[in-house]
Amino acid sequence: MNNNSIGFTYRADNWWLQPVAVLVGLGAFIAYSTWAGMQGAYYYYEPYLSPFYSPLVYVKTGIPGGAPLSHSLLGAWPAWWPNFFLLPSSPAVLILIFPLSFRLTCYYYRKAYYRAFTWSPPACAVGAFPQKNYKGETGLLTFQNFHRYALYTAIIFLFILYYDAAQAFFYKGGFGAGIGTLVLLINPTMLALYTLGCHSFRHLIGGQTDCFSCSKTKFGLWKKVTYLNERHQLFAWLSLFWVGFTDFYIRMVSMGIIKDYNTWGI
Amino acid sequence: MIERNFKIWRGNSKGGDFVNYKISIDEGMVVLDALKLIQADQANDLGLRWNCKAGKCGSCSMEINGKPKLACMDRVTDYKEDSQITVRPVKTFPVIKDLVTDLSWNYEQNKRIPPFKPKPRENGAKYRMQQEDVDRVQEFRKCIECYLCQNVCHILRDQEKKNKFVGPRFMIRLASLEMHPLDTEDRIPAIKNEYGSGYCNITKCCTEVCPESIKITDNGIIPIKERVVDRFYDPVLKLFRVFSGSKK
Repeated sequence: MNNNSIGFTYRADNWWLQPVAVLVGLGAFIAYSTWAGMQGAYYYYEPYLSPFYSPLVYVKTGIPGGAPLSHSLLGAWPAWWPNFFLLPSSPAVLILIFPLSFRLTCYYYRKAYYRAFTWSPPACAVGAFPQKNYKGETGLLTFQNFHRYALYTAIIFLFILYYDAAQAFFYKGGFGAGIGTLVLLINPTMLALYTLGCHSFRHLIGGQTDCFSCSKTKFGLWKKVTYLNERHQLFAWLSLFWVGFTDFYIRMVSMGIIKDYNTWGI
Repeated sequence: MIERNFKIWRGNSKGGDFVNYKISIDEGMVVLDALKLIQADQANDLGLRWNCKAGKCGSCSMEINGKPKLACMDRVTDYKEDSQITVRPVKTFPVIKDLVTDLSWNYEQNKRIPPFKPKPRENGAKYRMQQEDVDRVQEFRKCIECYLCQNVCHILRDQEKKNKFVGPRFMIRLASLEMHPLDTEDRIPAIKNEYGSGYCNITKCCTEVCPESIKITDNGIIPIKERVVDRFYDPVLKLFRVFSGSKK
């Protein structure tokens, strides 16, 4: 009766649907973001900057759909950069590690990819991938405990992306707005709803205390974060989709495939 | 009256197999009613544990069509008329007879946890707690100890790490004690080293099967894991403790 083989279950429902959906959803995002991040081109269309490329630490000039040098934090792309296929001279490769680390160590995504990718377990009461010496998050995966540090960087990125959204209201100094402005404004808002509902944030903002009644402010903040935390999965997916869509939209506009409707008439 | 097919695991610690039964059921019957009917009419020796039949005692935990559930809360009519309903004992614990398993390992884990240790009363004054402080720990007190979460936890069920991890039920017991405003016992080092909080990989099956809808992972295990991070993994907090002389 107790068959311990992988995937064995007495469940009669479509238990495999959820892990397959996660596999496809996350797999598609990983494939697209890796491809888009390595392009190093078509990430900019004044005044829109793709979130995959922000902040621009270095900028390589003369690239189609690339940002002007004035947008760079540290100037022109360094000549010493090795520039092989895993480390192309793309501004995205310098910064994507930060949002990636936040999602990688996120308590929701851990559930999602442990189920979909490592089958530990694929679904409830379905045979897990057998590991003779299962260590959970005590062995190699101890790094998951540093999620709060990934959170700190994710919060910094919220400010950066809101700054980019604010910049998207100004074309050559003239105030206005376009579809791209709206897309860029929704992006950090989705990310904020996801980031501020983080389990570590919930702990740090008030959850670490045993006495809620000792600080009404702390308790009030904890309750608000709890509201977002209860919807963490929803915002995890919405923000993931939207950040990918934002890059896609700017890429398409920058390549001239679609037109951005805006008040500047460009 | 509708005829329904049941496939029930019959056996003991030495082994067993599924046996088919066909019974007529009334509308509104739960799986436990059906099992009692089979026991009364067709299999008098069917081993079955139950008590309240109201989802409050946690006795009738079993796996119905592969899902860990309370038999008394699972309506037969929720399953397709032409389908067979498979009933087996919980997988994680050893079978005694038929659908009855030996849950004593859980009671042993419970004994390992240092009990509630309130701070001393000041001049005989009464303990006072505010509602917001009560609410958080009260959620964990809803546990009826059905052990469905222990059964579905893959660390105990598939990886067989009962010697490393106490399981979700006792993680929330630890959470209820650790988050209690009047408690003074420090269980955080033991939560990491003895009860194995790091073994939990947050796949949330415990929360999915909880008949009391306790948010075991979000409100119990993750906050406890974060407290372990505070104490053992956060380098800034470690440095802060060095300079402030604080032990916690």
